[in-house]
Amino acid sequence: MTKMLNLNLKVWRQDGPDSGGHFEEYSTTVADDASFLEMLDYVNEQLIADNREPIAFDHDCREGICGSCGLMINGQAHGPQKGTATCQLHMRKFNDGDHITIEPWRAAAFPIIKDLAVNRAAFDRIIESGGFITVNTGAAQDANETPVPKEAADAAMDAAACIGCGACVAACPNSAANLFTSAKIQHLNLLPQGQAERFQRTKAMVETMESFFGSCTNYGECQEACPKEISVDFIAMMNRDYTKSMLVNKRRLGERKVG
Amino acid sequence: MTQAMERRGADAPQVHRPQRANQPWPVEFWSSAIGKKWVMAVTGLGLMGFVFAHMVGNLKMFLGAEEFDAYAESLKTLLYPIVPENGVLWAFRVGLIVMFGLHILSAYQLTRMNHRARPVKYQSPRDYIAANFAARTMRWSGIIIGLYLIFHLGDLTWGWFDPQFVKADAYNNLVTSLSRPPVAAVYIVANIALGIHLFHGGWSMFQTLGLNSPRYNGARRAFAATFAVVVAGMNVFFPIAVLTGIVSN
Repeated sequence: MTKMLNLNLKVWRQDGPDSGGHFEEYSTTVADDASFLEMLDYVNEQLIADNREPIAFDHDCREGICGSCGLMINGQAHGPQKGTATCQLHMRKFNDGDHITIEPWRAAAFPIIKDLAVNRAAFDRIIESGGFITVNTGAAQDANETPVPKEAADAAMDAAACIGCGACVAACPNSAANLFTSAKIQHLNLLPQGQAERFQRTKAMVETMESFFGSCTNYGECQEACPKEISVDFIAMMNRDYTKSMLVNKRRLGERKVG
Repeated sequence: MTQAMERRGADAPQVHRPQRANQPWPVEFWSSAIGKKWVMAVTGLGLMGFVFAHMVGNLKMFLGAEEFDAYAESLKTLLYPIVPENGVLWAFRVGLIVMFGLHILSAYQLTRMNHRARPVKYQSPRDYIAANFAARTMRWSGIIIGLYLIFHLGDLTWGWFDPQFVKADAYNNLVTSLSRPPVAAVYIVANIALGIHLFHGGWSMFQTLGLNSPRYNGARRAFAATFAVVVAGMNVFFPIAVLTGIVSN
């Protein structure tokens, strides 16, 4: 049975990266089977009908796999439901008469584009600096040519579940991106195919990460906010690989000329 | 990665100065946040060894003045005559000063880095799920411990606050100092802060050093909690023991 909810929203409005922002209040009535983004769509329709500027927010697949959406809802990244991206959060998690405060991700490396949309290009820079993995090109090799233990494949898959939404940075009191970066590093470092460039990749990605974000102090807040429930265990693995990369022969890291 | 990278899409803002390439590895490690955290964890571990040994040594106060003073005196002749008198003691002191220095320096630099990483704070209240009180107050408990350390040295090593202070009369100095309730209160409050600091630090260092395995992950938190309760609990009990007359001169 669909219930109608009367909600009081407090939404961050900001015209552009360099203009000051402020909270604006809206009240709306939506069905409890609407998703959080559908609720915002509905508010936007009302705003457009009133000839006012709609609220800008990022979204794409709306099925929790693209990593586009991401809002700070009542002080929690992606809202109150664990393991859920904003688009998969439904209004049935809220009660009639609730006050909901919506803010964009906040980090120096994630400048606000407009209202609730932030620029997460810093994540792309981290991925880019990871470079390539060495594989044979030409005819495709047999599917099971490279043996991968089931456990390693599972662990790598857990890391690869990262959708790059930025909730870890948003939730972290230090704005650290260690959960994101460690997931992106470890999904390769756990597999045989990722061994060739293991330390090169770890070092480059950590250094790029640290030019944008804060440092990890092991709050564990990222793990709770992650819509893919990626574990802070990967951060420990990254720390270990980064420390080892210090002792790897620099020629292997491409930092010293050979000969 | 040395290959040229073409920038596509939106520009990412530069927040921190990037690392300089081709540095010797200790310089490189120290200039990275993970390296500084590693230094913080290792020095923290060393300091944990110190607070534990300090607490165990203090247990001698329950054996009376003679035992306690003999213990204090024995620290001066550790490894004597292989090492000259006070040699090991001074090695410990220098080691502790270096560890405290590095621990505080890395904490300071990482805090600055973290503040730069979020210049505009959240404008609505945060609702923390995992970040506990101990983790969120590390900087404050650390500052309390640092100030208390100076007070403690001034009180029982240099005798700043006691006109009857007699150098090397460890037991009497201790009892005189801790029988004053305001001083005892400082010791109690500071050691509670120490316990809170150890509760997060004793767990966090494992993560930082990459010591993570399903085999012992559960034991890490238990270790930190036990260590914090044992060390801080006993340290809080010492002033209480003096105030209640269990230890007296």
